[in-house]
Amino acid sequence: MEILVSILVGILFTAGLYLVMARSLLRIVLGTAIIGHGALLLMLTTPGLQQGEPPITGGDAVSFSDPLPQALILTAIVINFATMGFFLVLAYRSYKELGTDDMDKLRGTEDD
Amino acid sequence: MTNIIILLLIIPLITGLVLIFFRNHLRLQRWTSLISLIINGIVAVVVIQHVHIQGTQTLNLGGWEPPFGIVIVADMLAMLLVLATIIVAITCLLYAFKTIGEERERFYFYTFFHFMLVGVMGSFLTGDLFNLFVFFEVMLLSSYVLISLGGGKRQLRESIKYVLVNIVSSMFFLVAIGYLYGITGTLNFAHMSMRIAEAGQDGLITTVAIFLMLVFALKAALLMYFWLPGPYGAPPMAISALFAALLTKVGIYAIFRMFSLVFYHQEGMTHQILAWLGIITMILGAIGAAAHWSLRKILAYNVVVAVGFMIAGFAIFTTTSMAGSVFYIVHDMLVKALLFILGGIMIGLTGTDKLREMSGMIRNHAALGWMFFIAALALAGVPPLSGFMGKLLVLHEAIGEGFYVIAAVGLITSLMVLYSVVKIFINGFWGENQLSVEDEKMSTKGTLLPCAILTVLVIGMGVGAEFVSPYIMQAAEVMSNPSLYIDAVMQITE
Repeated sequence: MEILVSILVGILFTAGLYLVMARSLLRIVLGTAIIGHGALLLMLTTPGLQQGEPPITGGDAVSFSDPLPQALILTAIVINFATMGFFLVLAYRSYKELGTDDMDKLRGTEDD
Repeated sequence: MTNIIILLLIIPLITGLVLIFFRNHLRLQRWTSLISLIINGIVAVVVIQHVHIQGTQTLNLGGWEPPFGIVIVADMLAMLLVLATIIVAITCLLYAFKTIGEERERFYFYTFFHFMLVGVMGSFLTGDLFNLFVFFEVMLLSSYVLISLGGGKRQLRESIKYVLVNIVSSMFFLVAIGYLYGITGTLNFAHMSMRIAEAGQDGLITTVAIFLMLVFALKAALLMYFWLPGPYGAPPMAISALFAALLTKVGIYAIFRMFSLVFYHQEGMTHQILAWLGIITMILGAIGAAAHWSLRKILAYNVVVAVGFMIAGFAIFTTTSMAGSVFYIVHDMLVKALLFILGGIMIGLTGTDKLREMSGMIRNHAALGWMFFIAALALAGVPPLSGFMGKLLVLHEAIGEGFYVIAAVGLITSLMVLYSVVKIFINGFWGENQLSVEDEKMSTKGTLLPCAILTVLVIGMGVGAEFVSPYIMQAAEVMSNPSLYIDAVMQITE
């Protein structure tokens, strides 16, 4: 199962990086989101996908699962969400202000 | 007593939150910001004295014993950087009062200023890798807002690049955390260090360490500084000064912490790479600084040179060389803030950042000229100013340990740095005065106070090196002897 998820992570990273290299700003924003998903999925996979009961003592469970990766991912999702929101607004605002979403035209000159 | 450490983070956080509700009361916002920072400064001094006498202090958040909970660790390295951060923040704030403009003040400049400080100081104080990520993000999100606040065309364009680079590197940071947790099963620095010391640092861990190094290098502008000169030149100088003084230092601190405490077993591999990254960064940064004729660009490239020097000093990896690096990092925070603020005043007066269009400012602004001159000498490391001690220690160790390339490049780039800032001095202050007082775009009234504070500190840190060095040595002691840190965090008593 870990191998399958690892391949999925690879695909997500490939797609994300491909989008980040694009010229259109919106694709770049989406690319960062997809890379984010890849990173989170990888965090879930590297400690081994969890099997077993919730780690609450007093039950009759034999094996416990490690809740920490999920706690980390939860935090990271919130952060990614905020960053993503900000980036989208920034992209929209720059499009309004600069009149283009083409990265080649956003290079800028010395004088402005 | 250790509970007091958390005040360093809580005071700016609450100040920032409260200021949201007073967005139209400018005077109140300014005074609250200043007073909160001064109180925080006093707290930092108290904690430093405490750490100096009793050694590293820790605080287990929520009462969870390490390694299960998150620890806040105030060792000397972190506390020195925290104090320098607060000093820089106070001076940038004083400068911002006069220059940042009402518009930005109304749109939550002070709030994000404080939130960013929470992120910066939190990164210094945390003892947990994931918590480091969280504080990094607190710092970065606030910096995204500060860099794009006000939204001129150039600012928006540069902030897109800044945000994109940082988002991608944050994602790689997450990946590195995932791998490390998968291998070691812990995120606490001290616990991770113990486990790696027990099991040995094999190839897999070294690979992850280098991956982590790349993440921090991107944030610290080590070798991968391509993103830095643009964004640092776009926002108002008060914000640029804050960024130049603080943000790259957080990345450097993270490298110092990880590669002195956790990944110190494969010196030949990781620290060699760090040394070469530092050397190349110094060379490229110095070329950039010497080549440009725009004030903002020269100052931005000077940030890069300093990053290279600090990392190269650290990579020599003896107690003395690390002391030199710590000395230099504190000095660099002060002097970069000073230079950026002075540069900001020069740009403000002339209305341009092109050196060829300025001249003769010393006639009307003697104090400004002399302070710039002192800052330039301090940056190059001329005794008795603050840059000297750090450079001396690092170069001495570089020659003693056979890192001749670091010594040679360090000296040559110092000269190029001196050339680049003296170029600003000569073009800006010498020659015919083309600018009468009436033509000036702003008044220097009130803006010279923060510069004066920083100049005094830069001179004081150099002249009073004897007084400062016990603190620096204590910081380097903990870095070169990880068991001091581990014992303090895991509460192991002999």
